[in-house]
Amino acid sequence: MVPTSASLFRRQTGSDLAILEAKGLTVGIPTEDGTVHAVRNVSFSIKPGSLFGIAGESGSGKSVLTQAVMGLLPNADIGGEVWFEGRNLIGLSQEEMRRLRGGRIGMIFQDPLSSLHPFYTIGAQIAEVLHAHETISPAEARARVVDMLGKVGIPAPAERFDDYPHQFSGGMRQRVMIAMALILKPALVIADEPTTALDVTVQAQIVALLDTMRRDFGTTVILITHDLGLLSSVADDVMVMYAGHRLEYGRAEDVFRAPAHPYTAGLLRSTPASYRPGTELAPIGGRPPSLLATPAGCVFAPRCTEALPRCSSEPPPLRRYSDGVEALCWLEEGASTVRPTAKTATIAVKAAPPEPVAEIDDVCLTYQVGSFFGPKRALNVLKGVNLTVGRGETIGLVGESGCGKSTLARIVAGLVPATSGRVRVLGRDMGALDARQWREMRREVQLVFQDPFGSLNPRRRVGAIIGDPFRLHGLAKGDERREKVRHLMERVGLNPEHYNRFPAEFSGGQRQRIGIARALALNPALIICDEPVSALDVSIQAQVLNLLRELQRDLGLTYLFISHDLSVVRHVCDRIAVMQGGRIVEMETAERLFADPQHDYTRTLLSASKTLPAFAEAGRRSLVETRVAS
Amino acid sequence: MIRFLTHRVGFGAGVLLVLSAFVFFLFFVAPGDPARMIAGDKATESQLAQIRKNLGVDRPIVVQYGVFMQKALSGDLGFSYRNQQPVAPIILRRIPVTLSLVLGGAVLWLSIGVPIGIMSARHVGSLRDRLGQAFILVGLSFPTFVLGMMSLYLLYFMPKQAGFTLFPAGGYKALASNPALWAWHLALPWTTLAMTMAAIYARLTRGQMLDVMGEDYIRTARAKGLTERRVVWKHGMRAALTPLVTQLGADIALLLGGVIVIEQVYGLQGVGALAVQAVANQDRPIIIGVVLLGGLFIVIANIVVDLLYVLLDPRVR
Repeated sequence: MVPTSASLFRRQTGSDLAILEAKGLTVGIPTEDGTVHAVRNVSFSIKPGSLFGIAGESGSGKSVLTQAVMGLLPNADIGGEVWFEGRNLIGLSQEEMRRLRGGRIGMIFQDPLSSLHPFYTIGAQIAEVLHAHETISPAEARARVVDMLGKVGIPAPAERFDDYPHQFSGGMRQRVMIAMALILKPALVIADEPTTALDVTVQAQIVALLDTMRRDFGTTVILITHDLGLLSSVADDVMVMYAGHRLEYGRAEDVFRAPAHPYTAGLLRSTPASYRPGTELAPIGGRPPSLLATPAGCVFAPRCTEALPRCSSEPPPLRRYSDGVEALCWLEEGASTVRPTAKTATIAVKAAPPEPVAEIDDVCLTYQVGSFFGPKRALNVLKGVNLTVGRGETIGLVGESGCGKSTLARIVAGLVPATSGRVRVLGRDMGALDARQWREMRREVQLVFQDPFGSLNPRRRVGAIIGDPFRLHGLAKGDERREKVRHLMERVGLNPEHYNRFPAEFSGGQRQRIGIARALALNPALIICDEPVSALDVSIQAQVLNLLRELQRDLGLTYLFISHDLSVVRHVCDRIAVMQGGRIVEMETAERLFADPQHDYTRTLLSASKTLPAFAEAGRRSLVETRVAS
Repeated sequence: MIRFLTHRVGFGAGVLLVLSAFVFFLFFVAPGDPARMIAGDKATESQLAQIRKNLGVDRPIVVQYGVFMQKALSGDLGFSYRNQQPVAPIILRRIPVTLSLVLGGAVLWLSIGVPIGIMSARHVGSLRDRLGQAFILVGLSFPTFVLGMMSLYLLYFMPKQAGFTLFPAGGYKALASNPALWAWHLALPWTTLAMTMAAIYARLTRGQMLDVMGEDYIRTARAKGLTERRVVWKHGMRAALTPLVTQLGADIALLLGGVIVIEQVYGLQGVGALAVQAVANQDRPIIIGVVLLGGLFIVIANIVVDLLYVLLDPRVR
């Protein structure tokens, strides 16, 4: 489509410096249930060479927005305008879009393993970008790919050209993706959650690489993430999205220091990093709305603590403040930037060492691995782990993927036998149980898993899932069991009337509550939480963390809490064990570990995890303009 | 690699051994007297006894099986009860017919089924998808003999009535003597075989492609700016290929053991037709030979598929 003189005029008078400018962008995705309004009336403009952050929780429309712009959602109904290099991308032909993709606009996705084709070598996959956009000989393409691989920090790039994606580590794969996105030196790179699937120390490296590359190549970057800490440290401008709406927009520094919209403020308040350990988090209550309906008023009103009566009936106006921050909100002064305050004092350090629930004594685990053609070799996953978990304690187990933390959890739960060493739970050796005793021990050790979607059987009703422990151990039947399940559902904050629903009818946070209720059923001595909140959005994560704390306080539970997220571990744990390469390298109380880390690896982990800037005092900005929604 | 092969070949040999024992003993307990079949109704009891002695069926079954296996290992599967010919050459003569039918059919059903499956998967819910689904339903619903009869009626009988021969009604011409004549004679059997099989492969391809096209690496391929054709054929099909190859190996092996209905309809003297005749005649040595041949094909196909799997998927190397 040729731009009309009117739209050209608007573009030049608007912000002629922008590399990408969206005006009133709307994306609707037709489904069987009706149209999902994934993006509604979103406008923004991105300065060349800047790093533009889009923040939001799942379902906020941040990924849909960029994919729709890139023409990757062929079924979507897209409205509005998106200007890039003098052309409106909305309405371009498929062939024109194809030429832009990879050539002028590169993309980097969340999970580099699933985003790379498993059957082609990484070199061939990157070279394909060159062949798709230029006429180039295979030898020349190879030379350029090798050069690019070197630039993104792949050691021995010439040899690694012919390796397959599975032969690389997660961080190296993401470097390959970055090389692929940048090899044609595109004007714009869209990075959609580029670090979410990576370990915390690798995340920092990837962000640093992206930053270096954009400076070297003069590339503009759109960084989409749910990680506010990450955005606050690298982004120039940010846009906060919620349920398809752009709720807040402005310079990252201003937005994060003093959020103007109550939603942004709520997100920051939900982040454990903003709190002193052991205090109650102040999460955003409730959950995101359905995207099928069109709300009469503000989309965030039902969850907003500062909502006014008119918020739920009239669409909010756009407020513009003196520092350039824009918020879609009825509040004239912006959100109250109250610091998160401690509702309860930090728990006193337990005086006497509590009676041990689990004792792990020099546990080792060795797997036999081997390739199809090659010989077998031994892989030492755990190399002598010692750990004691006392009653009523929460022990944190942190480390990067492959350090053996989940394997250790499975051994403690008795699901995998240790190669050597001893695990005792309540004084009984887990390795020496017969089948009946093993079943008995299942009551004492329960697990809460990471993936609330994969770990519940989708064909079974929630009541049956939570009631299973009673059934399997023959403890309660019929009405008695139903009563117990209802009680448990109430205990974890689920509506007991939803007894007969299927897991698919619940949100991620609710499913995790189902998993917790099932784990609680038999009043276990030890609950092992394996990354229980990693798959959840920050506001939901805070709700679940609060629930875990509350349950511990009321029921005297003991947790072994596994996580890669240091701020979460610090928030809920009494003591933290740092694992690296199958060993515990440091074990300290949470406070001491953060204040005075002894081991190098602990220090690396700590420095790699981003912390948010402190909330500023309110009243720094004034309202300069209000545009009423049309 | 070598270890894998020796292991698999050893396992395959074990399977065939168990299979041979099973079939051998099955026929021993089944009713019917081979001596009576050979000698006819008028034979005397002493003649029958003599025949039994000649055949060796008067001996204990374990001994019979031992003798059978000993000869079988040197390629001697005994003699047909029916015409006293050695079994192995009888079967071997039939193999080219069945092989031509199955391999030619496979080419045809793949070139029909796979594109239909891809078309369906790429336009889910559209008219094209519905047409594809209709093709699958029709192909799967029609019994092979009905398809065969229909093809014969439409493509042989009706043109014949009109005074010309579009396709022959059946028969087999050796590939070596005249390739054109070979293909012309097999055209109808191929079509009939391919109709049913193409439906199966269209359904399999559709399902695989639906899964694959939702993968993240397909999104990456599009984000690279590749043409849709390249996204589908190079990135999509490459990933969907593995299960297709597995299925193809199993199907070809199964069909090589005898395409019974189609060979009957078109009067092809293949392995399937031989099996039918042998069963009708209670010709045990031939039946055992055909069953073992089918088993051999399946064992070989499994080894080949496993090797292909390793070649296709770099992750299991």
